[in-house]
Amino acid sequence: MIRDITLGQYYPGYSVIHKLDPRMKIIVTMFYIASLFIIEDFYGYVLIVLAVAAITAVSRVPVRFMLRGLKPVMIIILFTFVLNMLMTPGTILWQWKFIKITEEGLYNAVYLALRLILLIIGSSLLTLTTKPMKLTDGIESLLKPFKKLGLPAHELAMMMTIALRFIPTLLEETDKIMKAQQARGADFESGGLLKRAKALIPLLVPLFVGAFRIAQELAMAMEARCYRGGEGRTKLNALKFRRRDAVAVLLTAAYIGILIAERVLL
Amino acid sequence: MEIEKKNDNSIINIRDLVFEYTREEDDGVVCAVDHVSIEVPRGSFTSIIGRNGSGKSTLAKNVNALLLPSGGSIIVDGYDTADESVLWEVRRRVGMVFQNPDNQLVSAVVEDDVAFGPENLGIPPDEIRTRIKDALNAVDMYEHRKMAPHLLSGGQKQRVAIAGVIAMRPAIIIFDEPTAMLDPQGRGEVMNILEKLHADGITVVLITHFMEETIGSDRIIIMDRGEIALDGTPREVFENTAEIEALGLRLPFAVEIAARLRARGVFVPQGLLSMRELADDLVARKEGAR
Repeated sequence: MIRDITLGQYYPGYSVIHKLDPRMKIIVTMFYIASLFIIEDFYGYVLIVLAVAAITAVSRVPVRFMLRGLKPVMIIILFTFVLNMLMTPGTILWQWKFIKITEEGLYNAVYLALRLILLIIGSSLLTLTTKPMKLTDGIESLLKPFKKLGLPAHELAMMMTIALRFIPTLLEETDKIMKAQQARGADFESGGLLKRAKALIPLLVPLFVGAFRIAQELAMAMEARCYRGGEGRTKLNALKFRRRDAVAVLLTAAYIGILIAERVLL
Repeated sequence: MEIEKKNDNSIINIRDLVFEYTREEDDGVVCAVDHVSIEVPRGSFTSIIGRNGSGKSTLAKNVNALLLPSGGSIIVDGYDTADESVLWEVRRRVGMVFQNPDNQLVSAVVEDDVAFGPENLGIPPDEIRTRIKDALNAVDMYEHRKMAPHLLSGGQKQRVAIAGVIAMRPAIIIFDEPTAMLDPQGRGEVMNILEKLHADGITVVLITHFMEETIGSDRIIIMDRGEIALDGTPREVFENTAEIEALGLRLPFAVEIAARLRARGVFVPQGLLSMRELADDLVARKEGAR
């Protein structure tokens, strides 16, 4: 069962959105997040929803995949919604003893919840359409200018690459240790939280030892293959800024422009 | 770093190598390799065999400058491994394939992993692409180039690891117990590739404890407690049946059967190493007697 795990939440596809330069996608996503805080009224939200819907349609990622990302944060969204609704002072719409809902509160609550939902959906569009490896390449490339400030861009990217590679290997290792412990009567499933947490200790110790052994062997294998950090290294899949990326930049600029115009003019 | 050539034909020149390390438990000094000298001719296939702790893996890691000699020297294709300024010249000439196929693959995609070595060498992307294609074709894994390594079998992973080394175009490939963790099928696949690489002119050094795998080599070196116990062609080495068994090693199956037949008074000539040779000889003898 462990063999089937998918890393990250990449949805394989061949759309234009999938093919865009990851650097561009990361930057556009950042602008998109900023744009959520430009708008203030109903028409602004309509514009953003339309934009997200259009990109989703082009990317051909099924909507249920997009919505899946919302599940873990649903509680936070509901919580902020209720809190905003009840705590904002203003014209009272409805009252029961000390609980009152105000008009302003309702507006605030709806807008904030929408903002959060759009934030999650927008950023999952990035991870759904970009392979983790490409995302790593993109981050490395974007962080490069900060190298002078002492930021180890290449090392961070290499760490992410290796982490992605070894997650399944470590899961297999965990599975093996668990089975070995279960064969000798270990019980990981019953008992209270504390008991179950305690049962994990004999699992974690060999797992850590194993991870260090793997790290040592891998480091030696990497050295044997002439690895010496990012200096003088070439890349098989060098990122290239293509025409479609330029089009995406123009569209993003237009999008931001329209949002600002909407806020200023309406 | 000037090239020092004693023998033009030798590509690895191990002279009086000593490798010592400090044992962690009691700070005692252990001598893993004790005054060993070996010359490996260009394009040859050398097997180094010995039981655990005989120093064979330590010897291999010294050739690739992963470990540095405590005494003596190793010259690889004219470069001294102890000279740090030529470290990368040494490592790009000596490829290494390790025992555990899982712990030597770096990337989550097969072709990216094969690209790792050439990327480190600073090869332009277009050339890396042709090298990946050649290397993966050489190990028959080209159609798996987009796969994730954890979905491959042990033998397939080891073949990808070999492709990663081939893509660096080394003159020498050292296989450090490459089949120890594989099933019989994977073992066969790896051995076939190894023989093919040798046929293509690459100098092959195979570290193993499977006697069967050494039969095809030009030379067998048996190590014991950091020293060379036996050294010669397979035929020469396997004549010393009693000595090999005393070293705690198993003879190749055919050699062992021949020895037992001889002990029972059946005449079997020396130097029959594979089951096929032995069977052919016995059949011919039986038919001749008729």
